[in-house]
This record gives sequence, structure tokens and C-alpha cells, in this order.
Amino acid sequence: MASINELTERIHADSSEEIVAEYLERITKGKLNAFITVSKESALSQAQEIDAKGHDGPLAGIPIAIKDNISTKGIQTTCASKILTGYIPPYDAHVIEKLKNAGAIIIGKTNMDEFAMGSSTETSFYGPTLNPWDMTRVPGGSSGGSAAAVAGGEAPLSLGSDTGGSVRCPASFCGVVGLKPTYGVISRYGLISYANSLEQIGPFASSVRDVATLFDVIAGHDPRDSTSVKRDGNYSSSLENDVNGLKIGIPEEYFGEGIDRNVEKSVRDAINTLEELGATSTEVKMPHTKYALSAYYIIAMSEASSNLARFDGMRYGLRTEDHDWHTTFSHVRAAGFGDEVKRRILLGTYALSAGYLDKYYLKALKIRTLIKQDFERAFKDADVLIAPTMPYPAFKIGEKIDDPISLYLADVETVPINLAGVPSISIPCGSSGSLPIGMQIIGKHFDEAAILRTAYTFEENTDFQGGS
Amino acid sequence: MIGKKDLEHIGWLARIELSEEDKEKYTPKLNSILDYFGEIDKADTEGVEPLYHVLPMSNVFREDIPTGSLSQEEVLSNAPKNQDGFIKAPRMM
Repeated sequence: MASINELTERIHADSSEEIVAEYLERITKGKLNAFITVSKESALSQAQEIDAKGHDGPLAGIPIAIKDNISTKGIQTTCASKILTGYIPPYDAHVIEKLKNAGAIIIGKTNMDEFAMGSSTETSFYGPTLNPWDMTRVPGGSSGGSAAAVAGGEAPLSLGSDTGGSVRCPASFCGVVGLKPTYGVISRYGLISYANSLEQIGPFASSVRDVATLFDVIAGHDPRDSTSVKRDGNYSSSLENDVNGLKIGIPEEYFGEGIDRNVEKSVRDAINTLEELGATSTEVKMPHTKYALSAYYIIAMSEASSNLARFDGMRYGLRTEDHDWHTTFSHVRAAGFGDEVKRRILLGTYALSAGYLDKYYLKALKIRTLIKQDFERAFKDADVLIAPTMPYPAFKIGEKIDDPISLYLADVETVPINLAGVPSISIPCGSSGSLPIGMQIIGKHFDEAAILRTAYTFEENTDFQGGS
Repeated sequence: MIGKKDLEHIGWLARIELSEEDKEKYTPKLNSILDYFGEIDKADTEGVEPLYHVLPMSNVFREDIPTGSLSQEEVLSNAPKNQDGFIKAPRMM
């Protein structure tokens, strides 16, 4: 897989148009179903313009794939849902404006679980994306198309979004690097909301350096997102091959029951490798981890029931035959949403309804406080925490989709991070047969520098990279 | 436990019409998920404040400076039914 630096050299030697055309051809020939929409014409014309006029942005002429819940002006954006099929945003998300200013070229919109609700990309209205390492298996989700596109060589870079693991899970299953930044570092303006207090846009690439470069481009304050923070950082400058004196915390609760033995061994071996390079490790206790999954799903579903109320067929999206006001909305939403989206809206509505608010929603928010305190305590003794990203490698397509709870349980290692709002990066750290294994390096609020440096040092001193 | 009647009520609140088949299909799955959520009852949250937002931010204001907005044509471009510059909604009653 080509890096940003290699592609930039080739763009200077040949042209951006040639590079873009190569990726477009790979997408067309590919069998992964990683894309919902390919923006061939606009990508080629943008590449020609950059070739003709030149561009000094950090991503000048480099192709990128965008998850289909991020608004792209003039390019269909569906959230992999029937209800938004045909929707063409009249404006760009903040991250898209930033990418365009940096010279990046959007080659298409990637497949995902419908409205980002899933961990396997199987709930997409457009059919599942396949894992490039084994096409009978899922790529993870919900940003499965974005991860599979990078792993399968259909895009050098991509963006996803991570509400409860939706960048890190597919990064782990597809053997690429994926970052979930601190809540508030990247503007959510133009990200079609699922659970707004939990989600962040995040970059995918085949190396830590490229993830840092992309992160530098898309991070930054935006007054149009009131949760966006005023904080600038040059994240690429934190990439030093040095973990001397780094204190690694090992949360034993993340290595418990249900974790595949190969996964556990790979992650523990990776920690040993970092120790050989000068880091130290210590066990940390995170006693409320066992409640995180339920609390996460209650909060996410509750927020979803409110956020998805906007899909009524009036301003955009599917419209069914008119009856009276409420009946029309009920018909539009019955016809437009898939089963998992309906389940989550129904449960969220229930959790917020009279008589159940205290039992579910408020209780979950109190647990969220306890989870955040677990992280604050752990970070008194550690600079970063390291744990498996997923409990097991990629599972078979169809294996879990009919049993919601078994699918939700796959998120047990990733959701606490979103509840606390801390940053976490998933990088490849081993394999189980042909399937990649990922580990996550978790940091304090706004300390992306520490997790990027740890990830970079591990990557520089090992050899778990590569595409299929 | 959610019964069929409860599910009809929730479906109405959420404005999602549920067929008889949907109700049969969803009821056991929703109940098994709620059953799993029951785990949180065991957590001791006595005296713990709820956490709505992870960063200590509140009342975020910006200067009231007018900026460009979408044109009427752009706003209507995705509306499935529109007429004379308006979005056409179904009748109320």
C-alpha cells in the first residue's frame, strides 16, 4: 500500500489524474462492496485541476474515501439507508472543507452499517462489505467500507466515524490504523448524527504517520459545532521513535472472559515489545467496565431516537403516499428504516418515556460518570492504556446478525472509551491465521500525542503492516 | 417486559408504523435486550451525578455575525414534494 509521501512523489513525477484513475479502476474491479457511491467524474476533474494549477496543500492530489454519513456537497450521502437514498447534500461537512483546502480528492462514499448502527457493516441497505483478508468474513463496523477500502488498496486514506468503536473495530478487523480522537477535537458539522454526545469523526490509513497527517488536516475548532474545542496541535510532530520512560497501564478488565487467546497473547506480546523499547507497565483497575456496554447502548439508543426524528420525508429522503400528518411520518419511517435502526429507535424511545427515564437513561448517565472516573484514576498511574481493540478477529458474515446481543457484545472493549470521551488508536499487532489482530492505545483527554508516539514506535520496531 | 400493546405505544411515540409481523418479530428481541440492560441495576450509583457531556463546557456562544446561507433552491433541492418555493407537507387531520 502506498503512503502519502510515496503518492506525492508519484504525483510530482506523473500526475494526480493517473493516481486517481488507478484507484478508481481498483474500486470498479474490486469485489469488496466497500463503496456506495463512486464520484468518478468530480474526482478526475479535481485531479486535472490540481495537475494544471498545482497545489501546495499537504494532501495535494491524494485520493480519499469518505464514510457515507459525512455530508459531501453534490455527492450522494445515504448513511447506507433506504430513507436517504438519493439525498445530495447542498453543503460540505467541516472535515470535507478542510480536506478540499488541503488538496485531497474525494473518490467516493463508503459503505457502513445503516446510520452507523452496527459492528459488521451488515445492516447496510446496500448489502455487506467483505473483509479483504477473507471475503467470507465481515470487515467490522460501522465504518467497514472505509477500513476495507484502505486494506484492499481501493483508497490510500479514508474517514470514518466512531460512536462506540466504529473506527477502531473495522481498523482491527481489516489490519489498518484507525484513530478515535478526543471528543470535540474534530468538528461534527455535517456528520449525520447518530449519538451526538459519543461520536467523533476519525481517520484511517495504512500507517500511523499517514493517520497523523490526515488528523492534522481535519482537526480544529469550528464555531458551527458547539462541542468543538479551541485547541490546535501539530500531531505529526509527536511521531518520535521513542517510548523510553513511557508508563503503560494494563486494564485487566479488558483481558477477561470472552477474549480470544490469540488476541490476548498478541496484545500482551506487544506490551512486552514496548517494554523492551524502554516503556514500563503496571496493572490498573477499572471496576465499572462491566456496566459500560449496557450504559453505552442505552445512551446511544436514547440519543438516536431523538436525532433520527428528523427523517420524516419532508425536507429530504424517502416520501410515501400522503395520508394525514402523523400517519404519513409513520409510513415513511416504517418503509425507510431497516430493522436494527427501528430496534434502536424503539428502545431509545422506551428508555426516555415516562416511567422509565430514571431506570434506564439517568442510571446509564450515572454509570457514565463512574466510567469516566475509572479512566481518571487509571491515568494517575499511566500515560497510556493498552488493551485489545476487539475480543476476537473478524467473524463470519451472518454469524451474529440475527442475535443483537451477541453483536453488541463485540463492542465491549471499545464503548468505554466513547463514554469517557478519551482518544484511542487501533493498530495491527498480530494475526490469527490470515486474520489481523488489533490493539488499542488509549490516552488522556487531548493527549493524542502520547498515543500516536506509542503507536508509531511500535510500528517502527515491528512488522505487522500490510494489505491484501 | 414489553408486551404487544406497549410496543404499539412506543411505535406511535417514535412514529414508526409496526405491522403484526413486526410486532411478533421485535417483541422477543427487544425484551432480551432490555433483560440484558437490567445488569445496570447492580451498579451502585448512590450520590453519583449523571454525565451528559464529557468536557466541562456549557453555554457556548458565538458572535452574532450574519454569514451566507443556503439558497431557497438548494434547500428545496432534496424535498420530495415542493411547490411555489414551499415544502409540501401532508394535511394535519
